[in-house]
Amino acid sequence: MGKARAYQKEESKEVIKERNAQNRARYVKSLKYGFYCMTHPIDGFWKLTHEKKGTIGAATTILIITILVRILKLRYTSFLFLAVYWEDINVFLYIASILFPLALWVVGNWALTTLFDGKGRLGDVYMATCYGMLPYPVIQFPLMVVSNFVTIEEGQFYTVLSVISLIFCLLLIVNGLAQIHAFSPGKNLLFTVASLFAMLVMVFILMIFFSMISQGVAYFISIGRELMFRI
Amino acid sequence: MKNKIAKIVTTLAVVIGVGFSGLGTVEAGEDNYTYTYDFWGDVQESPDCYSVAKVFTYKDLGLTSNIKNAESLYVYGDKVYLCDTGNNRIVVLQRTGTDDLSVVQEIKEIKGSDINALSAPADIAITEDGDMFIADRGNSRIVRVDKDLNYKMQFDKPNDLALGADLVFNPDKLVVDTAGRVYCSAAGINKGLLKYEADGTFSGFIGAPKVPYDFTDYIWKKFASQEQRAKMASFVPIEYDNVYMDYEGFIYAVSGGMEEEDLRGGTVDAVRKLNMLGNDILVRNGAYYDGDFPVYGDLYWGGSGGVTGPSYFKDVTVLDNDIYVCLDQNRGRLFGYDDQGRMVFAFGGNGNMEGYFRKPVSIEHMDRDLLVLDQLDCSLTMFIPTEYGSLIYRAMDQFDVGEYDAAQASWEQVKALNGNYALAYIGIGRSLLRKGEYKESMPYFESKYDDENYSRAFQQYRKQWIREHIITIVVIVLALFLVPMAISRVYQVKEEIDNADIFKLRR
Repeated sequence: MGKARAYQKEESKEVIKERNAQNRARYVKSLKYGFYCMTHPIDGFWKLTHEKKGTIGAATTILIITILVRILKLRYTSFLFLAVYWEDINVFLYIASILFPLALWVVGNWALTTLFDGKGRLGDVYMATCYGMLPYPVIQFPLMVVSNFVTIEEGQFYTVLSVISLIFCLLLIVNGLAQIHAFSPGKNLLFTVASLFAMLVMVFILMIFFSMISQGVAYFISIGRELMFRI
Repeated sequence: MKNKIAKIVTTLAVVIGVGFSGLGTVEAGEDNYTYTYDFWGDVQESPDCYSVAKVFTYKDLGLTSNIKNAESLYVYGDKVYLCDTGNNRIVVLQRTGTDDLSVVQEIKEIKGSDINALSAPADIAITEDGDMFIADRGNSRIVRVDKDLNYKMQFDKPNDLALGADLVFNPDKLVVDTAGRVYCSAAGINKGLLKYEADGTFSGFIGAPKVPYDFTDYIWKKFASQEQRAKMASFVPIEYDNVYMDYEGFIYAVSGGMEEEDLRGGTVDAVRKLNMLGNDILVRNGAYYDGDFPVYGDLYWGGSGGVTGPSYFKDVTVLDNDIYVCLDQNRGRLFGYDDQGRMVFAFGGNGNMEGYFRKPVSIEHMDRDLLVLDQLDCSLTMFIPTEYGSLIYRAMDQFDVGEYDAAQASWEQVKALNGNYALAYIGIGRSLLRKGEYKESMPYFESKYDDENYSRAFQQYRKQWIREHIITIVVIVLALFLVPMAISRVYQVKEEIDNADIFKLRR
């Protein structure tokens, strides 16, 4: 009995090892798959979830790289193209300025599409959005490096490429969601706009929520203060 | 008990005292007399560029009656012409020392004209040969007299269809170029400056100010009826408040009282530099986070001290080093800009102290000294550059004549006195750039966000760097091409050998 268990344990260790290796291979493959999505948006995003080519891990990696590049840009882009008022920069707020809209977008889009035959689950929406962000680091990082080796007159391309990277991302995300939900382009556009409205509604509700909470807290604090003054 | 109360009272007194003294220092810090704006538009305190040499009242000048509604100053050599408009006279003052002005003449009437008595003279300009052009506003004419006040000719209301018959010609401010042509602004005429040829003929308007233009208003007007349109504000340019001709013959024209959003949006200009065609050629090149540094005085128009709205440029004067100093009537401040549109200094304020104004109307310069006329205070303030101010001017002069080592040294001194002064850094950088020390100059430009000079330096540095490292670059590039080629060749040969028939046969 004891022996058998030990044997089982050993086997499971090996299995785990193998599974880990498999997972790692899958993760690396899914990360590389991001570039396929960039160059083959329709086919790529369809297979991303329907054929399970993408992983949440890779999506999160892309997200982290995107945020990292965005922060690095502040420091390492030449001042000719990006002058930073450091007194006003808060890195955590800066990170939140990406993560917060992303969370709202993912939740808003999922909540709406799930009611209207959307095939994507919450994780799928997150994955597609993150995979769609890939052009940002891919274009912006080299741009950041090159910006230090050009003069202002030669720098016209900087703005152009910068804008292109953003438009590329936008198109990929919109298209990616159409693929994972199996929506027609028209329906997808409708839900993209509707998701934006959902984001607004959520922001509104959050604001009400927080102001109510703060007023509630203030009420109890004032009661406490009153008591402290009296006693 | 009494003791306790006394204790409390003293404690309170100390606390209040400390509190107030604390407040006092904070206020002094925030309301510095001289300041500049940096790249981000933040106020940077600065040592004083100018100090008051003396404030002259009519008694100090040696006049018997007070100045009344004086409107203009004009400097000619060591003489200052003060247009004492309310008293229908022009007072000529002579400067005999740093802080010494005294009356030498009072011009009340001219000789040989139909109307000899001056009436509300608003401005005066003098040519090189001593002929005086007086904007004789009360008599609706500009009169030209020689230096002994003998009448020569006059310029009347132009016979132009654009001017209504009932418009009274009120010449306000004028300048005269070397050829004797007169450029004049007049009340109620907003089509630009009136230009008269030397023979007195009117030859048109030049330099019409930009028309502020509001897109939403424009759309509304498209839909409005005739009566509604008449009631709406019309898009009209704003008259020039004052003009000044610099030593090169360019006319600097200022105007105030513009809408805030027009100024912010750049649809109107507070200062314009007009060439002979009347085009604005003022350089606006100062580094600013949002485009070019705005040449309209204060950037913040909050209501501190009961004053709101943008700076109201009432007059301008141009020093011989191309620095122009604008006089803000709204806050009683002087704004100096250099030839690139960068702010050199700003100082002054509203008040009754020396160096503060109640209603400044005119500014003039005598060499590097500044003279400001205060209409309400009936006084003339003489500013002379401080050590810091003259250091800045010296650095600029040295740079202009090509003494870059000396200029750099002077700018270093300025920087030591005021570490927040962008021009000092840029000045050092430009000196280094001219001396060919490109790499050394780059950090100076970078620290003050001067992208154009930085680019200039960087371009040269890059060229130099490539020239020095050309061999390494070629080697690396060749290696990048050759190594993969060689490797692929090796693989190819290997494959050919592996697949060669003779080896296969043996296997």
